[in-house]
Amino acid sequence: MGVGITVEQLNAFYGKTQALFDVNITVQANHATALIGPSGCGKSTFIRCLNRMHETIPEARVEGAVRIGDFNVYNGTSATQLRRRVGMVFQKPNPFPTMSIYENVAAGLKLNGFRNRKKLDEVVEKSLRSSALFDEVKDSLHKKSGASLSGGQQQRLCIARALAVQPEVLLMDEPCSALDPISTGKIEELIFRLKEQYTIVIVTHNMQQAARVAEFTGFFLLGKMIEFDKTEKVFTNPSDKRTEDYVTGRFG
Amino acid sequence: MRTRFQQQMEELREKLLRMGGMAELAVDRACQAYTERDLHRCQLVLENESLINAAEREIDEMAFDILATQQPAAVDLRFILAVTKINADLERVGDQAVNIAERVMDMIELPAVVLPVDIGRMATAVSAMVRRSLESFVEGKAELAQAVLEMDHVVDRMRDEAFIALVRSMNEHPQSTQQALDALLVARKLERVADHATNISEDVIFWVLGADVRHHAQAASATPTPRTESTGT
Repeated sequence: MGVGITVEQLNAFYGKTQALFDVNITVQANHATALIGPSGCGKSTFIRCLNRMHETIPEARVEGAVRIGDFNVYNGTSATQLRRRVGMVFQKPNPFPTMSIYENVAAGLKLNGFRNRKKLDEVVEKSLRSSALFDEVKDSLHKKSGASLSGGQQQRLCIARALAVQPEVLLMDEPCSALDPISTGKIEELIFRLKEQYTIVIVTHNMQQAARVAEFTGFFLLGKMIEFDKTEKVFTNPSDKRTEDYVTGRFG
Repeated sequence: MRTRFQQQMEELREKLLRMGGMAELAVDRACQAYTERDLHRCQLVLENESLINAAEREIDEMAFDILATQQPAAVDLRFILAVTKINADLERVGDQAVNIAERVMDMIELPAVVLPVDIGRMATAVSAMVRRSLESFVEGKAELAQAVLEMDHVVDRMRDEAFIALVRSMNEHPQSTQQALDALLVARKLERVADHATNISEDVIFWVLGADVRHHAQAASATPTPRTESTGT
């Protein structure tokens, strides 16, 4: 099951440049939360702070508190432990190119020392079914490489790979921006189903996508969380003029 | 800035205003026709109904196109929803004007009688409601729209008083029952026009404030949500 995320007074920096300012947010478990905002507003930085990817950039640092369920992200826990609980899907599908479809999905488990073949088969199938890809690839699990799939299939493969380690939270950074409308529709359907089991945070430039898949939406501007509310409120009657100007296309 | 989109929205607004002007004129003509027993004005109202109907279709089509192609949000989405509803109300205002004109044409064929009802005063109040509801749309001012909602009670009372006086008149002067009945129906139609002006005002409040004040919801709920300037929530 998914868990909630609590972020308090989060500040993020790239060297001397501050990218996030005092962000506070509570993400509800088993819901999809969308983050919107113009390019460079800090939304991707924000989700990269949730799984400690931000700090992998030289001179980047984070201040503040992030709790994922009962897990304190920035206080004494390892990034590896954290990333078992927090899966991530990126803008551009990034399957391991030399691995088969099966190996791509099993990679995380194998890395964690999981060797039971029968159990691995089960997890791979379950993950591929969860990401709505199994029926399309079941006859070529070992024959085809991940890179041979279409863009939409590759993205669903990456989702299956993330799900295989049984995370509680799934972070998605513009997961459909490189996909056609049919593949986008499949991913959106998937998000809708996956939130029964996972907490989903999705960064998107497509506001209609945010409106379609997320129960809650946060609007970022210049590194600040300007507004966070129920999605229908943000898209029908936002509280802040800046949010309204953005969702109506008056700037950005 | 979405220039093309803003141009389409402005065009939609202008189309609705033109239609509003036609509907307002139709009501005014029908009311003048009543007070002056003027057949020509009645015929003008009937002839112009088709223009209002055509405008209704045109506005709906344009709103539909904008929804399909531009996916408006927030205040723009509320504006388009308000426009489509105001559009339907204006078309009904045109229909009521036609109904009034038909009653007047009926009355003109009967002998003129003095009736204990001031339809002219009621017409003035109703016209003012239509005009102000359209002004509230032009200016995007919820407080103007709110004032129209309050005027609706006055028109309702006028209608009730007209009913009582005209029913009494029918009893006391059965020879002029037909004229009294026509006047009663005109009062009824005018009150319906006032209801449409009320609906238009409610739609303007919805567009401007995002507040649903229909069906006697508290006017206080029309107060806009304070816009937060927070940086941390």
